[in-house]
Formats: sequence, C-alpha cells, structure tokens
Amino acid sequence: MKKLLSGNEAIALGAYQAGLKVAAAYPGTPSTEILENLAAYKDLHAEWSTNEKVAMEVGMGASYAGVRALVSMKHVGLNVAADAFMAASMTGVVGGLVVVSADDPGMHSSQNEQDNRYFAKFAKVPLLEPSDSQEAYDFMALAFEMSEHFDTPVLLRMTTRLSHSKTVVQIHREDRQITGPGGFNRNPGKFIMLPVNARQRHPLVETRLAKLAVFAESLSINRIAEGTKQLGIITSGVSFQYAMETAPGASILKLGLTYPLPEKMVREFAAGVEKLVVVEELEPFLEEQILAMGINVKGKSLIPRVGELNQDIVRDAFESAGWIETIEKPVQDGLIDEVKTLPKRPPLLCPGCPHTGIFSVLHSLGLRRKTTIGAEAGLVITGDIGCYTLAAYPPLEAMDTCACMGAGIGQALGMEKAGINDRVVAIIGDSTFLHSGITGLINAVYNGSAMTLLILDNRTTAMTGHQQNPGTGFTAQGAPAPSVNFANLAKSCGASDVQEVDAFDIKALRSVLKSALDSRSLNVIVVRGSCVAITPGGGEALTIDTERCTQCGTCLSLGCTAIRKGAEGELTIDNQLCRGGACRLCQQLCSHQAIEQIIKKVV
Amino acid sequence: MVKMNVLIAGVGGQGVVLASDILADVALEAGLDVKKTDTLGMAQRGGSVVTQVRIGEQVASPLIGDNDVDLLLAFEKLESGRWADRLKKGATVVLNDYSVPPLSVSQGAEAYPGDSEISHLLKHRGADLITIHGSLHAAEMGNPKILNILMLGALSMLTPFNPELWIEAISKRLPPKIIEINLKAFQRGRKDLLSILAEMSAESGLEIDGHGDDCGCH
Ligand SMILES: Cc1ncc(C[n+]2csc(CCOP(=O)(O)OP(=O)(O)O)c2C)c(N)n1
Repeated sequence: MKKLLSGNEAIALGAYQAGLKVAAAYPGTPSTEILENLAAYKDLHAEWSTNEKVAMEVGMGASYAGVRALVSMKHVGLNVAADAFMAASMTGVVGGLVVVSADDPGMHSSQNEQDNRYFAKFAKVPLLEPSDSQEAYDFMALAFEMSEHFDTPVLLRMTTRLSHSKTVVQIHREDRQITGPGGFNRNPGKFIMLPVNARQRHPLVETRLAKLAVFAESLSINRIAEGTKQLGIITSGVSFQYAMETAPGASILKLGLTYPLPEKMVREFAAGVEKLVVVEELEPFLEEQILAMGINVKGKSLIPRVGELNQDIVRDAFESAGWIETIEKPVQDGLIDEVKTLPKRPPLLCPGCPHTGIFSVLHSLGLRRKTTIGAEAGLVITGDIGCYTLAAYPPLEAMDTCACMGAGIGQALGMEKAGINDRVVAIIGDSTFLHSGITGLINAVYNGSAMTLLILDNRTTAMTGHQQNPGTGFTAQGAPAPSVNFANLAKSCGASDVQEVDAFDIKALRSVLKSALDSRSLNVIVVRGSCVAITPGGGEALTIDTERCTQCGTCLSLGCTAIRKGAEGELTIDNQLCRGGACRLCQQLCSHQAIEQIIKKVV
Repeated sequence: MVKMNVLIAGVGGQGVVLASDILADVALEAGLDVKKTDTLGMAQRGGSVVTQVRIGEQVASPLIGDNDVDLLLAFEKLESGRWADRLKKGATVVLNDYSVPPLSVSQGAEAYPGDSEISHLLKHRGADLITIHGSLHAAEMGNPKILNILMLGALSMLTPFNPELWIEAISKRLPPKIIEINLKAFQRGRKDLLSILAEMSAESGLEIDGHGDDCGCH
C-alpha cells in the first residue's frame, strides 16, 4: 500500500511495526509529531516525559528490561539528555534503543542550528540519516536490529524538512512484529557504571565501533548510483534530494549510515571520479572524516555552512565551480526587494491569550528602561522559551533574555549577584518550569535571591502545539493523571511567599505584582488562565461603542490582533477573533467604558 | 508529462495545510509522485502559513526552486504578494479577494497594501491573475471555514485531475458531518473560476476552452 506520510509519521509507523513497546519524548519542533502519532496506538506505552533527559532514561530502562524503545526530541533536547545518552552508549542495550534527534537547519523554530550528527561521533554510536519518509519508515526496523545486534543505542537524525514534508511511502506490512513482555536480567558489569565496570566497557565500545565500520561497507543503505565520471557527489539526508535535483547525471554515493563511514567504499568511489564533493547541510561532518582519510574532497568551501540548503543553493555552488552548465536566471527585476517591503506577519500571542495580561502590566509599570547603568533602578525581565517569549515583540516588549529552557531563573540570580540595582523578574511557563525550572528555583531560594518568579500556568504546552504535561491532568495517551499544584511545588522548593492570581484580572495582577516588586525577598506568583486554543470560546465577543470611544489607543497596547485601528483612527474589534467574556483584558484597560460584551454573530 | 509546482499561502486558521493535503492525495491517487512541505512559523494562530506541493513523474526535492511556482493559490491578499518573486514566468495565480490585517496594520503603524500594489507584484513576471470572491461566497453559503475547499475547487479547474478524485479525497479527509457542505463549496469554487475565466476571455478576446478537467497543463 502507498501512503503519503510526513517523516515523523513514517518514523512512528515504522517503529510501531518493528514491535516498539515504550516511547518517551519531550515536545519540540520539529520532532513533536513522532510521539503524538505513537500515542494513538494502545498496545504500547507512549509518554510525554518531563524533559529529554528523563525521556532518555525511560528509554534506557525499557531497553534494559528487554523491549524495544524509542526516544525522540528536537536537536537541543539532546543537550539536555546528553548525560544519559553518553551513559547509554557505555552500558549498551538489551532491547533495541533508538534515539531520534530532529535538527532544525534554518532555525525555523529554534534558538540554534547545531548539527547533532557530532553527537553520534561523540558518543560512539551509529548514525542513520534518512532522505525521505520512505527511508524514515524503512530505517526504523533496521535501527532496532542494529541496536540489538551491536549492543548500542542508535541515533537517527531527522531535519525539519524531512520531519515536516510528506512523501510517498510504500508500506510493506500491515502487522506488527510480535515481541514478548519485558524482563530484567541482572548484569552489574553492564548496567552499573562504577569506574571498575566502566573501564571494562570502554574497550567494548571501541570494538563495537570497529565492527560497525565493517558492517557499513556491505549495508545496502550505503549505495552508489553510477553516473558521469567527471563529478562525484557524496551526500546524505535531505541534501541527497537537492543533489539529485541539481546534478542527476553525476555519480552519487548516498550514505544512509553516516557514522561510522564505510571507508573502503568512500575510497573506491573517490578513486572512480574526477572531482569529488560532499553535499551536506550545516557542518562538514562527512567532509572532515573524508579529508581525514587523506582524500581530496570539496565541501564547505562551496556549500554554505549556515542555514538550510535547497536545490538553488546547491546549483549555484556547482555552477560557480564550473561543474554544471549555467542555467538562465530570471532577470534581477528588483521584485524581491519590493516583496520585502510588505508588512510582515510575525508570530504573535493569540487574541485571548492568558499571557497577555501579565506582560501588559509589566510593560505599563513604567520601570522598563534601556539601561539602568548610571540611572534609576528599573525592571529587568529574564525569560524563557514558550509562547510567552512572543511578549518580547512590540508593543509589549516585556522580556529581556531567552536562551534555553529553564535559563531565566538562573540568569535572574546571576544578575542579582552581579549587583545590578534593578528589580529582577524571571518568567517561565508551566511546562518549562517542570522541564528545567524547579532546580533553578531551589537554587535561587538556597542562594538568597530576592527575585520575583512568575510561573505562567496556561494549562498546556502551547508553543509546540498543546501537548499534555504533568500539570494538565492528562497523559500523552489521554488517561487522567494527577496534576501538579504549582503553588505547592514552589513552596516545597523553599519559597515561602507564593501567590496565585487570575491571568485575566488586570487589577489583581497589578496589585500582586506591585507588592511582589516592593518585597525584598524571593516571591513566586503563579499566573493561572487556560490557553485559548484548549478552551473553546463561549460564543460571545466584545465590541467598541464608537460614541464613548475617544480613540485613545490604550486597548491597542495589549497587542491583541482582534483590536483594529481603521484609516480614520476608529477602533473596532473583530468579533470572530475576540475571546469575549473569558478574556475582557481590553475592557478592563478602557477608562471610558467604551467596550461592551455582545453575543458573537454566527457568520 | 505532468509537472506542477503549487504553492498555497494564507494565514493560520484558514485551512491551508488541509487544502494541500487533499491536493497531494489527489496527485497520489492519479498515480503520480508527490512531495509537500509545510511552513507554519512559530505561532499557532494568525501567522503566515505556506505549503509547497510538487507533483510529477518523479520528484526529488520537497522544496519548489526559485522562480519555479506554476500555480499560486492564495487565501489572503497580502500573503499572495509575499510569494510574488517565486513565480515562474507566466504562472497562474488564483487569489481570494480577502484581507486579514497583520498586527502592524491593525495597530495603525503600517498600511495594508492596495489591490493595485498586490496585482502589480503578482503580474510583474506576466502571471495570469484570477481573483475570486472565495471568502464572500463561503460566508454566503453559511460557513467561512469552507473557504479552503472552495479554493481547491477553483484550483481543480487548472489541474489535469478528474473531479471524481477530488471528491473522493475531500470526503476521505473530512469528518462526515461537514462533507456535504464542503462538496458544495468545491463545486462553487469550480463554477467561480469558470465564470471569471469566461469574463477574462471576453475582455481579452482569448479562447479558453482548454482549461478544464483534462487540460494537459505543464
Ligand atoms: C531543550 C528543549 N526542548 C524543547 C524545546 C521546545 N519548546 C520550546 S518552548 C516549549 C514548551 C513551552 O511550554 P510552556 O512552558 O508551558 O509555555 P507555553 O508555550 O504554554 O506558553 C518547548 C517544548 C526547546 N526549545 N528546548
């Protein structure tokens, strides 16, 4: 049967059919749909773990107990999981353990574009790179077999373009490989990495790598498509498609297993072509290894190291090297520049977002300054990653830092200890707090911080598409679960001054925040209000009474996209977008009582 | 030989991705190779959404190359302009006459481009611009959400695929409750496109009987 599947859907199906029993992940674009698809199957355990490290550990435990396990995450998730990942390489596996890293060349939705292929080399584990959904599907069974045969975790590297493109997949089977229930055989030498045991394991890891290198030579997913002798291309992942598009007549060595490399195969291929080039996205991962073999190869001197590739970039590179005929380019008619002047449509907080109120209050306190060096004390807001990061944009502009998940709390403490004379507020979302904020809070309490911590509990993991988390009361597979009480959790971390406040009550937000900022000791405010995407609207909207409206524009300061300023300065509310009575933020800000509630017109 | 690069653009919530899924299903059912890729941006709602669908005997890259868009189906005017520089010479643009102001416009900081500016951008490289009143007609039919299927109806007139394939694909992708109204929207889109084409040809004196169910475009 043929089906159109995204790379992520293909991974889920391939893993399921290969007898997967335990899947663990933390959401992160572009990897999220892998676990979402797996969660739909009832004959396996699929979970949102609190973070990637925990997910990795769950995968290790399942593997030790003899079943096949999959751990998936976005590229930066592997940084969080690295400690466990490196350890898993040392212990090896029992049941197959596959780790999927979804990288994000071009940073479509990430803070960096690190090339996680280096993690395979770093951890000395095999690396698979599919080039389309068919391979993503096919490689899963192979990955589990390799993992078990070679006693190693296997890293499978996706990229945004592969994860989020749908391509045709020939599905080979309807059924699912039958596997028994888990069972654990004690084996201290393998599972207890005390130095004495670890010293025994390291040589085994090296031998494993050598065996894998031999295996790579005969593996069918490393293959040569013979073409002209003039140009030889070595490539992997989605770059293969761009190479095919650009130089279909060239000889191509397509690598499915990119670590360890099949050295003999590479040498033979190189010897058979006149010019040799590596086409790979981001870092010169293959190029460096091939250069280290003493083979003369071109790569990053022609093909950019920064950003996502496409066929045009590869074509330009080949044309500039004179390897392919130059095609006629459209005239430089300046159209691109004209297009660039069109108004942008950047990502924004939704109308009715529970994050808007608190940021609007923070913005309106009059304490936000460009610098406080040599000036009056102001308000510094260290932030974190989630929908609320969008409050960094105008008109709210109420966030000063965003680096990696959980970072805001540690950064706030660091700023305090550096001796700045501003008040420091750290802001973090519910899922992010559970992911990596708790340790930061304990540390801040322990080390005598006076910060204000705002935990924005919108009852979901919104930014990545509304996944459940331990605060929401449901598991990834939809079962009811205990839900974390954030106020109690903060108290348990040692914070004595903890308050909860309604995210849509401007007056309460302002007064709680003011007293928090006046306080000279650490305090935590849990801002609660459910995400508009998970709580459907109540059928009503707000409207502006043009008689009373003075067009002062205060309501516009929320940055709500439902409120519009017309050509004559008149203000209106789009009643299809407005969340109505569940929000009312603009109504509370309006000092002219010009905003009223109406029943939504059903268009 | 069919070879078609279709770019569908709109804003979050307009159903762009579902439309592209259905187009891809139809191409697959017609026995062709197809690849499609979505770019959603970071936000859940209200941001620019674009999806690229490549159809052919064999497709390598999931991305449409520079200046290689044969057909642009735009659900919103500003978003149509954003992709003008990706159009192939002589491409076709089907545009929904509808605007959603971005924040900078609704805050009064920037102006929404006028229709002449948009059409200047789109026609810069000689594209045929077909404007249909998709949102208006969807609202008239009682449900603005059917816009995406109405737009597909219009697009279907410019593709070589049998209407049966479209109807089957739409029915498979949608919940039973809303299939009927969406199939009506599909037919409405087909009709709308035909009547606009007829108007355009009357104006220019062109013959346009080739663009139908089995036009061998591209
Ligand atoms: C290590 C790591 N894992 C995952 C992500 C992807 N990611 C970005 S924000 C976020 C969660 C945001 O949820 P929450 O903190 O509840 O804020 P919300 O978006 O709901 O406002 C995730 C999973 C990331 N950036 N880094």
